[in-house]
Amino acid sequence: MTGFNDKSGPFTHAPTSVSKTMVTVLLALLPATAFDLWLFGWPALFMFLITVGSCVLLEAGCLIMSNKPLKPSIVDGSVVLTGWLLAMSLPPWAPWWIGLLGAVFAVVLAKHLFGGLGQNVFNPAMVGRVALLVSFPLQMTAWVKPAPLFAEKSPGFLDALGITFGHAGGNFDAIGAASALGYVKTELSRGVPVTESMAHFGSSFSLGDMLIGMHPGSFGETSALLILAGGLLLLARKIISWHIPVSVMGTLFVLGSVFHLADPARFTDGLFHLTSGATFLGAFFIATDYVTSPVSKKGQLVYGFGVGLLTWIIRSFAGYPEGMAFAVLLMNALTPIIDHHIRPRVFGRTYKGEPLPLKGEK
Amino acid sequence: MKLFSVRGGVHPEYRKERTSESAIVAMPLPATLYLPLQQHIGAPAEPVVEAGELVKKGQLLARAGGAVSAPVHAPTSGRIASIADMTAPHPSGLPQPTIILEPDGKDEWAELPPGLFDPFKADPQAIRSRVAEAGIVGMGGATFPSAVKLNLGTEKKLEILLLNGAECEPYLTCDDRVMRERAEEMLDGARIMAYALGAPKVVVAIEENKPQALEVVKQAASTLPNLEVVSVPAQYPMGSERHLVQAITGEETPARKLTADLGIVVHNVATACAVHHAVRYGKPLLARVVTVSGGAIAKPQNVEVPLGTLVSDLVEFCGGLAVPPKRVVNGGPMMGQPLPSLAVPVVKGTSGILALTADEANEQPSEPCIRCGTCVTICPCGLVPVEMSAFIRKENLDAAARLGVRDCVSCGSCSYICPAHIPLVHYFNYAKGRLNALDREARKTDHIRQLVEGHNVRLEKQAAAKAAAAAAAAQANAEKGGEA
Repeated sequence: MTGFNDKSGPFTHAPTSVSKTMVTVLLALLPATAFDLWLFGWPALFMFLITVGSCVLLEAGCLIMSNKPLKPSIVDGSVVLTGWLLAMSLPPWAPWWIGLLGAVFAVVLAKHLFGGLGQNVFNPAMVGRVALLVSFPLQMTAWVKPAPLFAEKSPGFLDALGITFGHAGGNFDAIGAASALGYVKTELSRGVPVTESMAHFGSSFSLGDMLIGMHPGSFGETSALLILAGGLLLLARKIISWHIPVSVMGTLFVLGSVFHLADPARFTDGLFHLTSGATFLGAFFIATDYVTSPVSKKGQLVYGFGVGLLTWIIRSFAGYPEGMAFAVLLMNALTPIIDHHIRPRVFGRTYKGEPLPLKGEK
Repeated sequence: MKLFSVRGGVHPEYRKERTSESAIVAMPLPATLYLPLQQHIGAPAEPVVEAGELVKKGQLLARAGGAVSAPVHAPTSGRIASIADMTAPHPSGLPQPTIILEPDGKDEWAELPPGLFDPFKADPQAIRSRVAEAGIVGMGGATFPSAVKLNLGTEKKLEILLLNGAECEPYLTCDDRVMRERAEEMLDGARIMAYALGAPKVVVAIEENKPQALEVVKQAASTLPNLEVVSVPAQYPMGSERHLVQAITGEETPARKLTADLGIVVHNVATACAVHHAVRYGKPLLARVVTVSGGAIAKPQNVEVPLGTLVSDLVEFCGGLAVPPKRVVNGGPMMGQPLPSLAVPVVKGTSGILALTADEANEQPSEPCIRCGTCVTICPCGLVPVEMSAFIRKENLDAAARLGVRDCVSCGSCSYICPAHIPLVHYFNYAKGRLNALDREARKTDHIRQLVEGHNVRLEKQAAAKAAAAAAAAQANAEKGGEA
């Protein structure tokens, strides 16, 4: 008989594992990803594969360099998830080096320099996206109109290779487009009130289009409905709890609605904030990243409120049309402080840690 | 009865069906019985018999070794072979003094003290001493001497005796069977304890996953006054004393206080049965019901085992091992202790013997923590296992203590649920042990310092007295000289 007494209990374990968690998140992303691959065609598929592939290879390289075992980290799916989320946040037709560089920022800088899985302060995928956005604003905002696979305007396999690998495909400019948030922001800076630009945008993209995903945007963020479905799956499987998504979206919706009521010409409305940009992707998949968000439920509410607030501020007042990635990173920085100050109350003690008074005692 | 919610907890796979339908069977006497002098919390018992002596069933073999202690009795008649050191059923595997008894097969009773005909008219102190003399300890596994707990009524005003039939540990069904087969004895024992405590009411709490036990106990209780049977949610660790009290009353026992400070004393259902036999018939605690289960046991069942029976004999009685087990556990799989070997005896606190296969134990190598926060969500004590374990890994025990590691009840829920298979409760047990050892050292150092200081003060006083005497003598001399 082996292992009689070398470990304390429990001698049973829930059927949970890190890889089960990661695989469930990947499954939840699958519908939206498949839809977007169809929507944006071959170049998007290349971009996706390059980004995820680079992340996995870089992870393996970092593990080898730091003398860590390859198996758990590669197999558990965490790095695939990082790459996947990074790809979802990039423009669908981004060239190969955007994906590769993003992977370097995400996996090498944001993750392994901090000590690898579980040790990073900042969400790797968002570090990748933001570093790219700041460094290469042009490429990172080169949105395209949806051109579903095999549709007339969709680039063929060979054209797609051209788009991805450098020759900046011939008809690329022809179908360049602005995202909803970007368009409204640009128009506002030209003095066009939100009401007017929204009306104009609305004439080409209905609310239905916004929900289904038939509008320009990052590869993975456009299909609000499918992302929402994935998010609900995560909730149902108890991978995430409602606290972060609800506080992020609630804050964004309330702030958007209130300010829109106060000044419709200056501020977009709450529903627009929810359905455009990376709101759903951010609220369900990015802000809920375990490693970089608070561990307590109350802490998560504060964190989610912060993400929503900062996103709204950046969208409404800052130079960038979309602020989700910045907001998540800023709140990541606050996570250790939130965790330090917001802890559950210990059984039989007050929040300050003193024993509870007995009844009748003061 | 209105129930109150309890924070956190987990819902492990219970696997109770393997033994829950098998009635308690009595185990025949084995060739030899091994009775450790310490089967309880507190001071070890002191032997009153010698090697070679013939003893009868129920005869006192070792008396209580202090105020918090419990005596040991002969589970059957026979000869004392020796009193020797023997491996204890404790993960340390350390030896402890053990009385070794060879049964003569006659199973002859010694003369027992007469039973109390009407305990409810007896002096409560008489009941308490009966319970103390019978060697009864908390049979849920805590093994705290029951008589000491029955004294609580003399210091505090008590409202409720809470009979703990939660049995929230997976696999274990011994309490379930006791409730189903011995409900009347159990309720009588509970009422006797409540009387001794001065508690006007008895509440029996049973987890909802034991519907038959609930039914039987409710039926048996229906004719008795001031007795309530409550179904509590199946939520591990509902059987934890403080959490059960919270579920029943909504009140949280303050840190460093007892549930008795809230007017509630909790006893296990099997303890109540033992009290019934001790008080009504003068019978000491000689056997207990043990759940023998786990995938590696050929015939899982509930067995009434004479104390001191070797686990190997018990396993043999249950058909032996069908496959080599990965783990052999004393108690339930959540809080039970790994056994150092099968050559250890069943003692008063042995609620289960589980031989678990590798599949059941589901042990995996630890992976890095991904900070999923599940441990924080499920901790029934409101602790932050993820942070505490990080501090303990760095040997920063003070920080872990500030986060409340001493308030951890070691229920194991965090380790059970952790997707990265981090042995969290292992860290906490380590930290608690280290912190206690450091406290003891600090107290010892403090004590020594006080002794040394006292010694120095005495030396100074002596020196001062000597100097004063010398000065006085000198002065006297001088005065004499002056006179001369």
